[in-house]
Amino acid sequence: MSWLDTIVQGIMLGGLYALFAAGLSLVFGIMRLVNLAHGDLIVLAAFLILLLITALGLNPFLAAFVALPVMFALGWALQYVVLNRTLGDDILPPLLVTFGLSVVIQNGLLEGFSADSRRISAGMLETASLQIGPVSIGTMPLLTFASAVGVIVALNLLFYRTSLGRAFRATSDDSATAGLMGIRAERIFATATGLAMMVVTIAALYLGTRANFDPTMGPARLIYAFEAVIIGGLGSFWGTLAGGIIIGVAQTAGAAINPEWQILAGHIAFLLVLIVRPRGLFPRAVD
Amino acid sequence: MALLEIHGLTAFYGDFQALFGIDMSLNEGETVAVIGANGAGKSTLLRSISGLIRNAPGHIRFDGGEIGALSAPDVVQLGIAMVPEGRRLFPSLSVEENLLIGKYGRSSNGAWTLDAVYDLFPVLKERRHNPGMSLSGGQQQMVAIGRGLMSNPRVLLCDEVSLGLAPVVVRDIYSAFPKIRATGASIVIIEQDIGQALKVADRVYCMMEGRVTLTGTPAALSREDIHAAYFGAHRR
Repeated sequence: MSWLDTIVQGIMLGGLYALFAAGLSLVFGIMRLVNLAHGDLIVLAAFLILLLITALGLNPFLAAFVALPVMFALGWALQYVVLNRTLGDDILPPLLVTFGLSVVIQNGLLEGFSADSRRISAGMLETASLQIGPVSIGTMPLLTFASAVGVIVALNLLFYRTSLGRAFRATSDDSATAGLMGIRAERIFATATGLAMMVVTIAALYLGTRANFDPTMGPARLIYAFEAVIIGGLGSFWGTLAGGIIIGVAQTAGAAINPEWQILAGHIAFLLVLIVRPRGLFPRAVD
Repeated sequence: MALLEIHGLTAFYGDFQALFGIDMSLNEGETVAVIGANGAGKSTLLRSISGLIRNAPGHIRFDGGEIGALSAPDVVQLGIAMVPEGRRLFPSLSVEENLLIGKYGRSSNGAWTLDAVYDLFPVLKERRHNPGMSLSGGQQQMVAIGRGLMSNPRVLLCDEVSLGLAPVVVRDIYSAFPKIRATGASIVIIEQDIGQALKVADRVYCMMEGRVTLTGTPAALSREDIHAAYFGAHRR
């Protein structure tokens, strides 16, 4: 295995981590809410896709497409009915409530789908690959990375080019004054979480086709997502992508040296970036 | 019947009573100034109208309907826009985006568009892509007024327009009010700078310690009356 190959595979893996992290970044950027159940919601979405595949016989991509509006509605309702009530000057209530939600989702999934590990089959695509020069890239990792870039571009366009994006930023700046503009913060927050759940669904598709998943693996995904968001700089989508890539490359490089080092290398890279740039690579100017 | 009618309005901050039975009215197309010293309750009055403070129902009527208990977004939707004290521009938004966000809550076809606001305050057009917070205080006030106008409100509430601004800048900003009322909007201006307020207002309310102590047209009010209503005692 050449170093070039290792780095390319790491970048592709970084795309997956960026997908895990983008929804977290979106929600935190708008309402300063840290959602500890984010990883479990990814696993929930993966089970939803699996359910749609087995029940309706859809192919995985179509199943994910069907799951998108369902997850948006779920996120919207979760924020509007539950999480909005936890927002305030105190940061503890949202942490406690989303931690509880994480436990509820894990146990609900265990009850409904058992502890067996599952996977989403992508058929021929799983083994297909592209040969680019000396490097061979799997089609699924390439699709994952392309989707991550697509999601980041779309979120940036939404944020900086649309009326809804202006409302997101205004509410994040000053929700009382935003109210004077006719912006209903509780609905803006619900829409943001709905969008985050759509990103979660895309992440879940690639999580499920890449490797096995089971109901209790959410928190481990959450750590990578957190690390990507934090070293990217809070509130920056491109930073989140960069953060994901750094974690991905570090893990792949660590694994290339010694498979035992894979996870540790990612965490060390995270700490190193924080030592050099405590506010992340692309911190928001206004905070 | 007046466009905006307030009867016996009271307001509290916890146990502290800020307003003691305010009566006030604003007619269609009229400009009214509310003057008074710090702590007189002027801003509380405006925040009650705009929905930032939600009151017991029954004391504020707009166009015949009760609005005292409504939230700020509901009030905006009905056509009452507020220019808050201290400008309160959105730091993450450019000048133009700050203006555009003003029409988020109310879809209306009226005289006020981006171009109309730039005609009113030409300096903003040159700086439209700059961050809102990079402007001078006077320019920020112009953005805040323009942002309020973008929803084509029937009533524009302006809180402490001249606060912290140089007199020459205040004159510039006040010269916009006749143009704003020419489009048919009714205006409530809250001021400590009595001179400017009296020049543009049709009627004046003077407040002290949570009560209206004097009302009338600027021409009918003598300086002594205003001093008495403002400070609570005649100057000797």
